[in-house]
Amino acid sequence: MNFEFSSDQMLLRDQARKFLEGQESIKKAREVLEGDHSYDETLWKSVIEMGWTATTIPEEFDGLGLGYLELCVIAEELGRSLAPTPFSSSIYLATEAILNHGTKEQKQNYLPKLAAGEIVGTLAHTETTTAPTQENLACELKKDLLNGSKIVVPDGDIANFAVVSAKDGNKIVLCLADLAAEGAEIKSENTLDPSRSHASIVFKNAKVEVLDSKVDGWTALQEVLDRAAVLFAFEQLGGAEACMNMAKEYAMGRFAFGRPIASFQAIKHKIADMYIAVELARSNCYFGAWALSTNAPELSTAAATARVSASQAFNECSKENIQTHGGMGFTWEFDCHLYYRRCRQLAANIGSQAIWKNKLISSLERANQI
Amino acid sequence: MDFNDTPEEVTFRKEVNDWLSANATLKDSSADSGYPGRGEEDALTVAKKWAAKLYDSGWACLHWPQEYGGRGSTPIERVIWGQEASKYRIPGGFFEIGQGMAGPVLMMYATEEQKKRYLPPMAKGEEVWCQLFSEPGAGSDLAGLKTKAVLEGDTWIINGQKIWTSGAHYCDYGILVTRSDPSAQKHKGLTYFFIDMKSPGVECRPIKQISGGANFNEVYFTDVKIPDEQRLGAVGDGWKVALTTLMNERLAVGDASGPDFQEAFNLACEHDLNGELAIKDGYVRDKLADWYCQSSGLKYTKYRNISALSRGETPGPEASITKIVSGNKLQEIANFGMDMMDAAGILRPDSSEAEQTMYHAGFFGAAGIRIAGGTDEILRNIISERVLGLPQDMRADKGIPFNEIPSSNK
Repeated sequence: MNFEFSSDQMLLRDQARKFLEGQESIKKAREVLEGDHSYDETLWKSVIEMGWTATTIPEEFDGLGLGYLELCVIAEELGRSLAPTPFSSSIYLATEAILNHGTKEQKQNYLPKLAAGEIVGTLAHTETTTAPTQENLACELKKDLLNGSKIVVPDGDIANFAVVSAKDGNKIVLCLADLAAEGAEIKSENTLDPSRSHASIVFKNAKVEVLDSKVDGWTALQEVLDRAAVLFAFEQLGGAEACMNMAKEYAMGRFAFGRPIASFQAIKHKIADMYIAVELARSNCYFGAWALSTNAPELSTAAATARVSASQAFNECSKENIQTHGGMGFTWEFDCHLYYRRCRQLAANIGSQAIWKNKLISSLERANQI
Repeated sequence: MDFNDTPEEVTFRKEVNDWLSANATLKDSSADSGYPGRGEEDALTVAKKWAAKLYDSGWACLHWPQEYGGRGSTPIERVIWGQEASKYRIPGGFFEIGQGMAGPVLMMYATEEQKKRYLPPMAKGEEVWCQLFSEPGAGSDLAGLKTKAVLEGDTWIINGQKIWTSGAHYCDYGILVTRSDPSAQKHKGLTYFFIDMKSPGVECRPIKQISGGANFNEVYFTDVKIPDEQRLGAVGDGWKVALTTLMNERLAVGDASGPDFQEAFNLACEHDLNGELAIKDGYVRDKLADWYCQSSGLKYTKYRNISALSRGETPGPEASITKIVSGNKLQEIANFGMDMMDAAGILRPDSSEAEQTMYHAGFFGAAGIRIAGGTDEILRNIISERVLGLPQDMRADKGIPFNEIPSSNK
């Protein structure tokens, strides 16, 4: 049995961690949160120079042609350091959609530029405060013209193009929409995590091309979301562990009643519970990574398990990290709230906990019927 | 990253399976706990026969050196044996304390002559061993034990009471921690022995558990004599020896056995709730998803540990989370299982085939598992102190002679 990342992959994780520490990624997340920029350009450029955007793109499209395990360890570190860049939208969502569901021509048009960081992509799916379904999607494609609106599009105001879900008659399609072209009206949105940018997009007769998948659009979308769920779960895992470590460090140094608060069982047991949540999530994430990297039939189960488990761990750790810090954890000055915000953003971005728990049980129902 | 055995592991797994399939019967489900159970005399006879068969075929005590009756296997081979053996109905529950805890302690502290005398019969299941550690007043705070040992000439005289001893009434020998110096500090006045359970003055009384069953005993010692040769470790060093034993206990404690995700899922696919199959209900799906994530998390945590063993590394402390998570999960699933049967869930039918039975066993069993071998709270202390490096709690009994430590409000 070899259920562990290879020594090369672990080396990559260490390098990524050191690199992001050196770049002061967390400080930059705070700057983006407090400032007017929608992301940190310097950090984004460095990430591109590191070649991370090219990780899983095949060499024939100017990528590095590495595997998904490499991308997973990078994701963990981006999550740990709250990296304020459009990496996840452009790589986990847009790149994956084109790589797995695009035509050869679409791949040639987009992938080399995505690998080089020349363009940024995203996925535009949410439309209202009700979770999107095949029935309630209102964006409409007629011939090659798209009409309708999307909200909370991650990095929507940074991206050059978006993969957009829409109805074409009775069927669901995924379209590639140029966000600089006529007919796409983009407006930055305020969210509770301004360290990650979001926008609304209104399409008015926007000219788009359909992502020409071999499967129907809804199935293709679910596949994209499953794959992204594993990668987002690694970001959540990294964030959760960072919170656990913050809580631990603070509790060791903070004295009350003449002793470090880390010596009180009320605090120790809280941190032990964080550890349990992180370990369960880590193990489930590893299974997700294995399924993603081998395109295993278990991928949808593994992805939902990793997603649910990592969301739970990040939730547990980010809220109890504030609690462990006491009043200081409630101040703007301490970083606890940066993680608390990011946790909520990541827990919602590709569908809520309720949606993913339901997906998990549905995929187990399918597996049980076979 | 893969789940594949190394070529050596493939060979070993095949060897294990060839032997098991020729000598044992496969279980029909994962919830099948295996035949027979513990606690009955004929079950002990069956188990002893099985242990002798293992010994004669070279499959007893995989982790022990061959000279004492073991197989001298690597840790990963022991894991493979465990994985394959868990698929079969194998008598168990009698030899774990001897082979898992007493044996390793004897190997460290007994004389060569004693090792040759006691270890092979322990490996063969001819002699059964028990553990005499906990007392009514010393559970989580084990070092607070009071059973007295007084040296007279070269014989120790033991007086006191132990509790939670599995199978004391049929065991041949036991490992025992006593207080030999009540005026020393708590951890410094303890001495460790092994004892012949047939010694005059040893009296066993079964404890009726909340489930109604009686798997454990109280053991009373009245002027019991133990020769000094049966002392393990130095006088006053009993705590150190006990810790060695407990380390082995923690390695041995695994998943809580009983209904898990799959049983709960199947049940929800069979019962109606609010006029449709329970599996369609949002509450049911939410609960099932949580348990699936916990089961899956534990399964792959175990795989990560096995991978470390396979690479020849010592597994990380991850194993410490297993009992906390699986014990609590079992308690929830047991309640859920009965809820699926609505008011009828609490009925105790005569037949052991009834669908309530497994959940009733889990309902009571989980309450015990969360305490045995380290309570949830002690395990959280272990995680926070040994894994995460947080400081120990402040102790009110530190540096005080044992006989001056308050032990009640009176």
